[in-house]
Amino acid sequence: MRYIEPHAHMVSRVTDDYERMALAGCAVVCEPAFWAGFDRSSVAGFYDYFSQLTEYEPKRAAKHGIQHFSWLGLNSKEAEDVKLAEAVVALIPQFLGRSNVLGIGEIGLNKNSRNELRVLEMQVDLAARHQQLILVHTPHLEDKLKGTRLILDVLKNDPRIEPGRVIIDHVEEHTVAMVLDTGMWAGMTLYPETKCTPARAIDMLETYGRERLWLNSACDWGCSDPLAVPKTALAMQRRGHLATIVDQVIYQNPQCFLRQCKNFKVAD
Amino acid sequence: MNQPPMLNLYFLEARHQVIELAALLDRLERAGETGDFRAQALLEAVKILGGPAKNKAQAVLLAFSDPTLEPIPAATTKAACGAWSGPAA
Repeated sequence: MRYIEPHAHMVSRVTDDYERMALAGCAVVCEPAFWAGFDRSSVAGFYDYFSQLTEYEPKRAAKHGIQHFSWLGLNSKEAEDVKLAEAVVALIPQFLGRSNVLGIGEIGLNKNSRNELRVLEMQVDLAARHQQLILVHTPHLEDKLKGTRLILDVLKNDPRIEPGRVIIDHVEEHTVAMVLDTGMWAGMTLYPETKCTPARAIDMLETYGRERLWLNSACDWGCSDPLAVPKTALAMQRRGHLATIVDQVIYQNPQCFLRQCKNFKVAD
Repeated sequence: MNQPPMLNLYFLEARHQVIELAALLDRLERAGETGDFRAQALLEAVKILGGPAKNKAQAVLLAFSDPTLEPIPAATTKAACGAWSGPAA
């Protein structure tokens, strides 16, 4: 089995996780910028974090034969401080030229506030001005439906945004159709308690087809499993899916989306 | 694709989950917490399970969701609790 982990917060994981992912067949891991569990106090904190993502973490992954790419952005959990957000958005372009950067992400909404929406629009504009791919985080639990609607409105209202260059992550049964209907990609996140279980993710693949869908673990410092993608691949096989179909979902689909970025080159 | 019977794969797990939910509802009763909006949301979700809806997972998720469209003035917390508490007073 081979797979691409298109969404993992490896800065929060121990090195043993890289080893276990490599043993399970992980060839590539993609790491979106996210909330550290606390609000950073200055733009310098983001400079250090973006440096960690683009310089240090790829070396840690490489020790286990895994290629590492990253997405840069400001998570919506830190969007209430609009002045800081503006400074972070101004900082990002100096990192966009780095050879392992995939685009702007994960951006989006958390509690669906006015400032979150304003900062989302700023970052969508940043992506459009720099012709970047976009990875969008949708809110948790009861906030997901409303947040997904608001996010899709922002993206659809910007004529510079090509739907096929956007992935809307963390979809569930009540949001997956509205995302796919826009022509954007949809990510299903496999979490032990929230978001999707392997069984439900496979249900959605069987219901909506395998086009423009990917699976990810979004493993971080919370309840999450860095092996969620290969475990779901095994569950697909138990449900009767052929190995070629599994490979399409866990390797070819993320590859298809990500190679729209010229930096995404996977070693054979 | 040679699909095995779904009940063979998932029945025991689902049985376990239904019993856990039943035990939680008993626990909430004993604790006097059945009036909480989260407990009410669970009871609404249970009704969907026994109803005619074809897409039950989607219907349950919608029942837990904030159906409004207007952004809130400001985020006062970063966390979500899992059920919509209704419009702000």
